[in-house]
Amino acid sequence: MALLEVDDLSVTFARRGQRTVNAVDGVSFSVDAGEVVGLVGESGCGKSVTSLAIMGLLPKQPGLKVGGKAVFDGTDLLQLDDRSRRDIRGRDVAMIFQDPLSSLNPVIPIGLQVTEVLTRHRGMKGAAAEKEAVALLDRVGIPDPRRRLKEYPHQLSGGMRQRALIAMAVACQPRLLIADEPTTALDVTIQAQILELLKDLVRDSGTALVMITHDLGVVAGMCETINVLYAGKVVETARRRPLFREPRHPYTVGLLGSVPRLDAGRGERLNPIPGSVRDVLPWVEGCAFAPRCARRVDECVDGPPELVLAHDGRSYRCVNPAPVPGVTPDAAQALYREAPAAGEDAVPTPAEPGAVPAQAVPNDPPTVPGFGPAPREEESQ
Amino acid sequence: MTVTAGKKREKLDRLAELAARDDEQGVSLWKEAFRRLRRNPAAIVGAVILTLFVLVAVIGPFLVPHPPEAQLWKGEVRLGDFPGPRAENWFGTDQLGRDEFSRMIVGARQTLLVGVVSTLIGLAIGSLIGGVAGAAAGLGGRWGRAVDNVLMRFIDMLLAMPSLLLAISIAALLGAGLTTVMIAVGVVSVPVFARLLRGSMIAQSNSDYVLAATSLGVKKPKIALTHVVPNSLAPVIVQATLTLATAIIEAAALSFLGLGNNDASIPEWGVMLADAQSYLDSAPRLAVLPALAIIVTALGFTLLGEAMREALDPKLRK
Amino acid sequence: MTDEDILVEVRDLKVHFPIKRGVIFDRTIGHVKAVDGVDLRIPRGKTYGLVGESGCGKSTLGRALLQLNPPTGGEVVFDGVELGKLPAGKLRAMRRRMQMIFQDPMSSLDPRQNVESILTEGLQTHGIGGSRDERRKLIGETLDKVGLPRWALSRYPHEFSGGQRQRIGIARALVLGPELIVADEPVSALDVSIQAQVVNLLDELQDNLGLTYLVIAHDLAVVRHISDTVGVMYLGALVEEAPSDRLYTEPLHPYTRALMSAVPVPDPDVEDRRERILLSGDLPSPANPPSGCRFHTRCPWAQPTRCADERPVLREIGASRVACHWAEQIASGELRPHKVAVQLTRPAGEGEDPGVVSAPSEPGSYV
Repeated sequence: MALLEVDDLSVTFARRGQRTVNAVDGVSFSVDAGEVVGLVGESGCGKSVTSLAIMGLLPKQPGLKVGGKAVFDGTDLLQLDDRSRRDIRGRDVAMIFQDPLSSLNPVIPIGLQVTEVLTRHRGMKGAAAEKEAVALLDRVGIPDPRRRLKEYPHQLSGGMRQRALIAMAVACQPRLLIADEPTTALDVTIQAQILELLKDLVRDSGTALVMITHDLGVVAGMCETINVLYAGKVVETARRRPLFREPRHPYTVGLLGSVPRLDAGRGERLNPIPGSVRDVLPWVEGCAFAPRCARRVDECVDGPPELVLAHDGRSYRCVNPAPVPGVTPDAAQALYREAPAAGEDAVPTPAEPGAVPAQAVPNDPPTVPGFGPAPREEESQ
Repeated sequence: MTVTAGKKREKLDRLAELAARDDEQGVSLWKEAFRRLRRNPAAIVGAVILTLFVLVAVIGPFLVPHPPEAQLWKGEVRLGDFPGPRAENWFGTDQLGRDEFSRMIVGARQTLLVGVVSTLIGLAIGSLIGGVAGAAAGLGGRWGRAVDNVLMRFIDMLLAMPSLLLAISIAALLGAGLTTVMIAVGVVSVPVFARLLRGSMIAQSNSDYVLAATSLGVKKPKIALTHVVPNSLAPVIVQATLTLATAIIEAAALSFLGLGNNDASIPEWGVMLADAQSYLDSAPRLAVLPALAIIVTALGFTLLGEAMREALDPKLRK
Repeated sequence: MTDEDILVEVRDLKVHFPIKRGVIFDRTIGHVKAVDGVDLRIPRGKTYGLVGESGCGKSTLGRALLQLNPPTGGEVVFDGVELGKLPAGKLRAMRRRMQMIFQDPMSSLDPRQNVESILTEGLQTHGIGGSRDERRKLIGETLDKVGLPRWALSRYPHEFSGGQRQRIGIARALVLGPELIVADEPVSALDVSIQAQVVNLLDELQDNLGLTYLVIAHDLAVVRHISDTVGVMYLGALVEEAPSDRLYTEPLHPYTRALMSAVPVPDPDVEDRRERILLSGDLPSPANPPSGCRFHTRCPWAQPTRCADERPVLREIGASRVACHWAEQIASGELRPHKVAVQLTRPAGEGEDPGVVSAPSEPGSYV
């Protein structure tokens, strides 16, 4: 039994006079106790909304609908009333956000914010709480923690603030930690410090961690299981080595081909995915990635692709996955590049980022929008 | 099989078409803002109130049942007892036996005039000072900063004075009258417009597209005119709408204090309200009606202004 | 390097921003040394990449190079002409040859201009293309180069996606036919898949048009991917400069090593194997930089002698230039890294030290 089992989670925002937005469209994944799980995707893929929905932190507004299940240790978090959810939040499940400054209360000293958590969930008071707070700040690597207790968030640097926030999150030794882009706002060297800290914490305390990020590099170094999201659905799930070595879903392949690698040589062209995240097909009509996909076949638009379960806990949502076994990512990229067997000019050349090859329909490749004023809600910023 | 394949292709082509509507013109920000405005119920309510108000102000005086200054029912007025609402006087008469309904209608024109003219005064002078200061600050250099400094210290002085007190002093200086009220109310709103435009211009001058224009080699004055000013106007326009509301209330307050129009023949809501206070016990409607009119009109402007602020807010632009 | 055709040469460039305080009259109470003595040369047709963390002065350097921020000292020589000595009019005319691409494609495009007007502005300023038709033709060709459709012309920036907006920004620079393009974080605001499109586009434009780039970014992987030479900045100065392959295989400066080891690589095998050099603490304030070597407060190899009191200059070691007293000894393994105590850095304008303020932007100067 997994610690957290998210099943068919969906979040829709309906606004009057506008199209209904399916921010999360049937996300399922699970987290075992002590496991580090990654949710990876680009902006608008629904990764942050997923975490907020699980935590019950989505701003209450008319038109918001959350469906599906998020079972944490036997209880469905989505069915809880506010009170019991608050009890679980902070004690059993804690969250770390991208922007530490706006997540901390600017007018309350750090120390008080940490002890508040301790009082609320662990019933600690006075000197005992303070002592514990000092120990926590020390644990997350904040120098001279006793003095820091009396300081305000704006007196600390970005990295230190994120550490303070982590201290608050781990104050009650939660069993699950959800980190939403915890290092995106930080510099690389500070990011490395924070990631190292998170790794240590997870290793020492056996806390499960859900790491939400757009950075494949961060995931490669941290997560044991990785879920790749696209347009509100998990399109591929795999352990990290298989995922990076043999990505099956064309989107994963495309993402890996898009990232310049520090250890690659100069001069190689990247293999970007054509089009933008705004060019999506609604999932009910077929694979949302189809308009940008290099491996598209007719079946892609038959309907939502079924989840294909492969060996070793892998699964992907694709009718024409990248053919892999035993191929390195480089070769897979080469495959990706050469995939359109029938096409003469089917390779997505950077000069025509709008044109997408359709290898399965060789004589009549439908031009698909790489561009265009698309659904406003899918704004990629 | 070919049929289904064709259908599928159609499906994707539809997406393509969606993107390639090249016949359609781009939607500018103003158009976009207007579109959002139309969807906002507050804006609709505000617009309806204001349309009615302007309509009444413009054509009302031609339609009134009785001349507003004629004391037609003087004979019926007793101390503490004026004719109440009835068929010939819908709102009754005032203490001098004039038709209250006609006075209300005609008063709308005065109120509109005061509101618009005083706001225009404030807008014109304020934007001029703010625009010059903003441009000077943007151009930088010793002289630019000096000009900006002098102008803004002057504005700070204006701002430091309580607005009503300032208006009263101006009125005292120029003597009571409609012009006085308009100038006084206008001057009071000068610092608001000046600071707003200057602040907005400075914020825009620091933006990347101004830097981009500079790196294209465009001359500074041209950048100020073509990029900085047009992009700084939105908050000023919103403020003008909101100022119309306060101007109406302030003008009414000045009239109420007796600094306004002393020509009793032309009715004005503020003056009517002031006159009515002696008869609050016997005829509260004489105070309630103009007060209500002032409030509703001000509310109309405020609703529209707030809706415009929302519609023009770049942060909500999605 | 000496016999190459140098397009841009920067000599001892300094940009100091005064820190002003005061109730009525501002007085200068110190300087933020955003850029403090940088030398670099960019050969024609090559790409120079500048990396560093936020606050290291890389963006300021880029702007000072284009004279968008007036330098406090030093000189910038563009194709044999010293830009700082040019009168304003000549400098404006010169801008045709050196253009800039910005980080945030939304904020760098005037929201009230449609694409056509954005692209025409530069042409009109420099009197390129006499007639309207001629300009249209030029603009059309530029759109093709950056991969935008013709119908984009009548549209406004907010109607495009992030990647397309960046293409508009590139087109605006390109339409003037520049020789040098300074790209300030050209892809960091974009999604991963879009980043690759823009990086490829920049690469391709360079191949086809022989452009010279100065690419400024915090993402070492991106910079290394598109640059021939990479310069690493720390607190306003270059600490190392090397051909981009060499920088990865043989980083010489301790900061470069730390930076390299901090960049995550999307490959679990590499991630698990690599050496990690975790720097302690944060970047010191550029208003009050450490004495001697500016990195010595965080350097795991810092030595008791020289590091704290003697500022190292860039010296050539092999094909690299590095500003470290002990580079050879560190490279040979003679010196070993040690633990560094964390020194707390206060964020801008806060904390105990009144002199600690981050770089202020000149209020409202569109110089």
